[in-house]
Parts: sequence; structure tokens; C-alpha cells
Amino acid sequence: MADKSHLFEALIRLADDHLILAHRVSEWCGHAPILEEDLALPNMALDMLGQARAIYTYAGEVEGKGRDEDALAYLRTEREYKNILMVERPNGDFAHTMLRQLYFAAFMKPYWEAAASSSDATIAGIAAKAAKEAAYHVRHAGEWVIRLGDGTEESNRRTRDAVSALNPYIDELFHTDEAVIAVADEGLLPDPRALRPKFQETVGFVFAEAGLETESTQWPRTGGRSGLHGEEFGHLLSELQYMQRTYPNMTW
Amino acid sequence: MAAVMSLDQKRAYEAAASVLDPEVPAVTVADLGILRSVEIDDEGVAVARVTPTYSGCPAVLAIELAIEAALAEAGFKARIERVISPAWTTDWITEEGREKLRAFGIAPPAKTSSSIRSLFGEVQVDCPKCGSGDTEKVSEFGSTACKALYRCRACLEPFDYFKCL
Repeated sequence: MADKSHLFEALIRLADDHLILAHRVSEWCGHAPILEEDLALPNMALDMLGQARAIYTYAGEVEGKGRDEDALAYLRTEREYKNILMVERPNGDFAHTMLRQLYFAAFMKPYWEAAASSSDATIAGIAAKAAKEAAYHVRHAGEWVIRLGDGTEESNRRTRDAVSALNPYIDELFHTDEAVIAVADEGLLPDPRALRPKFQETVGFVFAEAGLETESTQWPRTGGRSGLHGEEFGHLLSELQYMQRTYPNMTW
Repeated sequence: MAAVMSLDQKRAYEAAASVLDPEVPAVTVADLGILRSVEIDDEGVAVARVTPTYSGCPAVLAIELAIEAALAEAGFKARIERVISPAWTTDWITEEGREKLRAFGIAPPAKTSSSIRSLFGEVQVDCPKCGSGDTEKVSEFGSTACKALYRCRACLEPFDYFKCL
């Protein structure tokens, strides 16, 4: 393997996206608008948390410094988290949460499908399983976006507001730099730029059904991949890390 | 089964295979296809290979501990290996397992899960109570990661559907 630090970096980004979005989605537990959603949202969070755990564990092995999943998930500082900004955004209303889930899953489904034929057997294994789960998330979030967009005047307005609010964060899904290209060249993880047509196809299908229009982005918001986060992220981390920081090395 | 099992291996496999799923206690880990194999290594340790159903399935650890305990009770030193590849699919649920699920009131998953159909396609799920195909989905996600909620329009009973994966 040419440079393990690139693979470690790529894995950390992937795991951070999933951990942070899992954390945000789990905040809905007990607050969802209907009982079925109170089951669905934590279920999706659990899928993403499970994916994050597997990736952190492998990232720790690749790094070779003895860090396990807990050390990577709980004991890094804010700048060391490399998740995209979209996943750390506060949940907003239900329309906002579901649209964010659709965007993320519409990206991750083809990502995992491509990663399932990774030259790295561990990545291929994690990806094959995660692809099936992401497909469920696309369907669930997609059905909600259709229902909300094509629903009442208020649900349509809220969904359009969510489209505007989340629009600047889409580009970062396709962020590419030296690390991304290095691992893509080795056939370890897919090049996100190649996934844009599939992403557009899924979102386009849902938007057409929902009666929503896509907007072009003037000023993409980026920074997460290099550890620069929004101001809400510190608050999220303080809750996420509370137990490990208060009782270092605690286990359940 | 590729090779002939030794008597010890057979005994170990049977002990591990008898473990019930903690969340669907009508079926065993063998019925669900979660227990991939049991082998005896050179040092006489029973190595059980287990695969999770969902990445975040919270029952995985409980299942692994239960298999380890079952092997210990049968007199084996045991080790659990978690395998994620190839990914578990509901196609690995045995015919017997599908019948046990149905008898327990859980509709077994649709067959041939390799294509998750067209993504937004509908699946026909038969009511496990009365057998009617006139059912509707109440919720994509149910009480556990592996189940969805349905309702039968014929007998009006709500029921769990084991999602096709």
C-alpha cells in the first residue's frame, strides 16, 4: 500500500460522516411527529452508527497506533473530525431532517455499491452490508420528501425552505483532494465525483414526484473535510463525548 | 457442507446452532443463517463464525455471548469470529426458519433479495395469521432493525414483516 495515511484519512472522513449524522438523527428519538417515525429515525441512526463503528475499528487497524473505535469516536478534538458540514447541521424541522437524509443516502448508496468491489476485503465487506441499508434510507427518506413536497401548503413550504437551506452543503459530498484520489487510484474507495450522476438521478426522481425544484449553488459551504466546522459542532461534541471525557476509559 | 465433520465438530455445531435469537426467540441462529460455521482449530478450540444481520444490530453481542456460553456448556473452549463478508442476506434464512417465523406471527422476507427490486417498488407480503395477500405497510421500520410493521386488511391483524435484505 502506497501511503497508509491517505487511507486512514479517507476512512476517518467516512466514519465521521456516519457517526455525526447518526448522532443528529438520534436526537429525534422520543420527539418524532408520529410513533412510526420514532422507530424509523433511531433505526436509521443505528444503521449509521453500526457502519461508523466498523469503519473506525478498521481505521484504527490501518493507523496501527493502537487506537480502537472508542478512542477515535470519543477522544479527538473538534479539528480532528473530518465530517462534511451537512451532517453536523442542527436537525431543524422534520422536512429538513428528511431532506438531509435523502441527500446523504442518495450519495452513500452508490458510494457503498462501488466500494463493495474495493480491492480491500474489509472495506468490501463493510460496504456490501451498508449498501443494502443505505438503499432503505433512500427509500424511506425519499417517500417522506415526496409526501411533504406534494402535501399541504405548509409541508411544501417547509420542504422548499429545507431545499434552500441545505443546497449550499451538497457540493461537499463530492469533495476531492489528494487523499481521495490516492485511495481511488488504488481501488480502495470510490472517487466521489463519479457518483454525481447517480446522486442527481435519485434526487431528481424524488423532486419530480414531490413537485420540488433543484437550485443551483452560488456559494458552496465547505471546510468539514479539513476539520473546520460550524459553531454548533462544538455543542454536539460536548454531548457526544461527555461520558468518555468525564470518566476516561469507561466501558458499559 | 464441504468436508465431513468430526464428532467433536458436529457436537460443537449442534450446541451453537441451538442458540435462540434474543429478539426473535422462535428461531435459532442457524435458522437465520447468522451462524456461518463452527470448526475445531488445532488447539481444540471451537471457533464459531458469526455474521451480523444489520451493521448496527444491538443483538450481535448478545448472540455472540450466548453462542460462547452454549459452547462452554458443551465442554468446549470457544472463540467467536465476526465475519462481515459476504454480507448476510435474508436468503440465508432456512425453509424451516421461514416456517418458524410464520408460526410465530412474523411474515418471512420475500425471496431473492439480491435486487432490492426497483427502489420504490412495492412488495407483496402475505399475512402470517390468515394468509391473505391483502395487506398494507404501516411503517418501514419496526420494533427491531430487521422488521417492518404491516397490517392485514382481511383479518385486520397487525403483524411484523421480516424485511427482505
